Amino acid sequence: MTESALTDSLEAPPRQGGWHGFAADWSSDQRAFKSATWGKAMIWIFLLSDTFIFSCFLLSYMTVRMSTTVPWPDPGKVFALTIAGREIPLILIAIMTFILISSSGTMAMAVNFGYRHDRVKSAVLMLATAAFGASFVGMQAFEWTHLILEGVRPWGNPWGAAQFGSCFFLITGFHGTHVTIGVIFLLITARKVLRGDFESGRRGFFTSRKGRYEIVETMGLYWHFVDLVWVFIFALFYLW
Amino acid sequence: MVDIGAAEGIPPAEVEDVELYHAKSWVTKYVFCQDAKVIAIQYSITAISIGLVALVLSWLIRLQLAFPGTFSIVTPSNYYQFVTMHGMIMVIYLLTALFLGGFGNYLIPLMVGARDMVFPYVNMLSYWVYLLAVVVLVASFFAPGGPTGAGWTLYPPQAILEGTPGRQWGIILMLVSLILFIIGFTMGGLNYVVTVLQGRTRGMTMMRLPLTVWGIFTATILALLAFPALFVASVMMLFDRVLGTSFFMPAIVAAGEHLKYGGGSPILFQHLFWFFGHPEVYIVALPAFGIVSDLISVHSRKNIFGYRMMVWALVAIAVLSFIVWGHHMYISGMNPPFGFFFATSTLIIAVPTAIKVYNWVLTLWRGDIHLTVPMLFALGFIVTFVNGGITGLFLGNVIVDVPLSATMFVVAHFHMVMGIAPILVVFGGIYHWYPKITGRMLNERLGQIHFWITFLGAYLIYFPMHYLGFIGVPRRYYELGETAFVPASAATLNVAITAAALIVGAAQTVFFFNVIWSLYKGKLAGGNPWRAASLEWQTPETPPGHGNWGKELPVVYRWAYDYSVPGAGQDFLPQNQPPAIPAR
Repeated sequence: MTESALTDSLEAPPRQGGWHGFAADWSSDQRAFKSATWGKAMIWIFLLSDTFIFSCFLLSYMTVRMSTTVPWPDPGKVFALTIAGREIPLILIAIMTFILISSSGTMAMAVNFGYRHDRVKSAVLMLATAAFGASFVGMQAFEWTHLILEGVRPWGNPWGAAQFGSCFFLITGFHGTHVTIGVIFLLITARKVLRGDFESGRRGFFTSRKGRYEIVETMGLYWHFVDLVWVFIFALFYLW
Repeated sequence: MVDIGAAEGIPPAEVEDVELYHAKSWVTKYVFCQDAKVIAIQYSITAISIGLVALVLSWLIRLQLAFPGTFSIVTPSNYYQFVTMHGMIMVIYLLTALFLGGFGNYLIPLMVGARDMVFPYVNMLSYWVYLLAVVVLVASFFAPGGPTGAGWTLYPPQAILEGTPGRQWGIILMLVSLILFIIGFTMGGLNYVVTVLQGRTRGMTMMRLPLTVWGIFTATILALLAFPALFVASVMMLFDRVLGTSFFMPAIVAAGEHLKYGGGSPILFQHLFWFFGHPEVYIVALPAFGIVSDLISVHSRKNIFGYRMMVWALVAIAVLSFIVWGHHMYISGMNPPFGFFFATSTLIIAVPTAIKVYNWVLTLWRGDIHLTVPMLFALGFIVTFVNGGITGLFLGNVIVDVPLSATMFVVAHFHMVMGIAPILVVFGGIYHWYPKITGRMLNERLGQIHFWITFLGAYLIYFPMHYLGFIGVPRRYYELGETAFVPASAATLNVAITAAALIVGAAQTVFFFNVIWSLYKGKLAGGNPWRAASLEWQTPETPPGHGNWGKELPVVYRWAYDYSVPGAGQDFLPQNQPPAIPAR
């Protein structure tokens, strides 16, 4: 093979849209997802795998909820808070859900400003997202404490099926861990953006190519996923 | 198919060349190494070492079955622990890790024309988490009470109840080790998939990938989607054992006493386990399919027959493997229509599998067959795989499965189809790629001795087991004792099987001697001793150096199977050889 054979003799052909474009991309060389960086492709596949984990958790929860012979505690009553003398069902969960969904908005804006190389705005919005996430985890800690003080344990609770506590701590704990990891990585990424690591192409852990802000989007995809999972947990665990 | 894209020009580069991490010290070069080739060797050595432990365990199991009560080290509890650990190690820590972590890491970057995996750092972490999982697994042998004896399926409730060996620490360490393995594997698996999808060189389309890459690629996707179920099952069982939850535990009365458990579903565990467990069979089998396709094509100097159908058969098997898990649970009790559904979907898998077997045979047909050692192992695979596949048709049918379940027939079936068959491919693959990895050939005569003892010995071990299963000898029993239905000759047969097993196991020393001896004294191989067309044989250096390809990445002009091309100067055309008529 001679060196001259390596020169690019052709222009990139214009890309088609629709199904033809899909087929053309998959039958092309080098990349199957033409616009996706390695990190973006990786996070999508990871999230697919993670989806299976959460699906298995939720399906298992539904199975034990149906198979247990003891009545299931009423989530409306369990998760009610007494505010100003009135018992309001699911009020804390509603606030938590609202906060987490809002954080997806700030995250999306951070991605946008990142691609515009507006480092300060991007970093501030990421910090705001992290703050939302942290307050979500904080409220979850409050909720856990509240329930533990009322006598809910993974192996039993005062109101009915023992699996209620098991599933509650397992599923919200696993989701809360995801949020916490997200907050930590948001802080790291925000610091890197603010310092200009992606402008100078500074090497290091969780790095990126010079001048690219794809890490912010990768971070965002993870964050949106964690929010989306919460919607399913909210619907299937709290509202059922 | 010779002209696949041969007349096209060179497509423009879409991704700029990567900046690799360059190791500066011995430690970062050989221990905490980010180079996929070193990681592959680390994975392989660890997997084979732990596999040898499982081999010794199988000897102990066989000794007990042949000479019940003669060996004082095999008590009833030990026997169950050995059976459990043998199965778990062989399936997950040896075969899965070796095919994906070992072969995958070494071959994917070289075969797709990449400098390394796309995330070398994560790839390195993957190995170290895997090693940690192995260490935790080994630790269970030394924990109070020993490793778990629940059977490799770890079915609750018995896995965590009093009376099962290893109930104190064994089961906890087993579950922790599985969780670690899955985390480690996910890191590696993401690398393999993204490297194949996004890290290929110019001209390397998906339909020009060697089937080895296709096999490992589909198997990795299976693993990324199937391991989550095992992860969830392990976490929940760990909770049941440590925290006293009742995910899988029904109300149980033991020794006249109500246990604290109640309301859980043991069947739920079986569903989760087999939703992982059945794809796991194909996680082991699909890389073997891929590798064997390449071995057969190279060593019979013919293009693989029906390349596209081979690819689609892999994909079809992968998809179908997610909807057949119920056939492991026929005797757990099942709504008859479900049994019908699972039996049907199971038997449908025979169609793409048969396509593959026919295509291998048609590739051999009128080929210029070289009976090299890798070829011998590949042919051995076809025979053992067809054999194990056909007994799979028996067990896929509900009505035949019910009497055969939990007999030696099942043991014979799955050892043939996912034990012996993939292991033969592992050996074939090592004999085939060893020259690329080390630059020296393995000794051919020793290889032939190794093959014939292993192949014929495997038949001596597992063929009689089918018969034992038919007459109703149950599996997992410590000893048979006196029964009305098992004739005395079964004991004689057991002695014969054990003798064969000891010989086959001992014969593997020939292989290890060969690997070590050839490293220093083997015949020098040169860059491409098999005259193979795929990209890994076209590296500028052998063994491939850091970054694999020297200055410029290769450009691919054709598929990996241009053998015996009429009119070509030699009898093969490497993938990176430009077409005779220049483009334009």
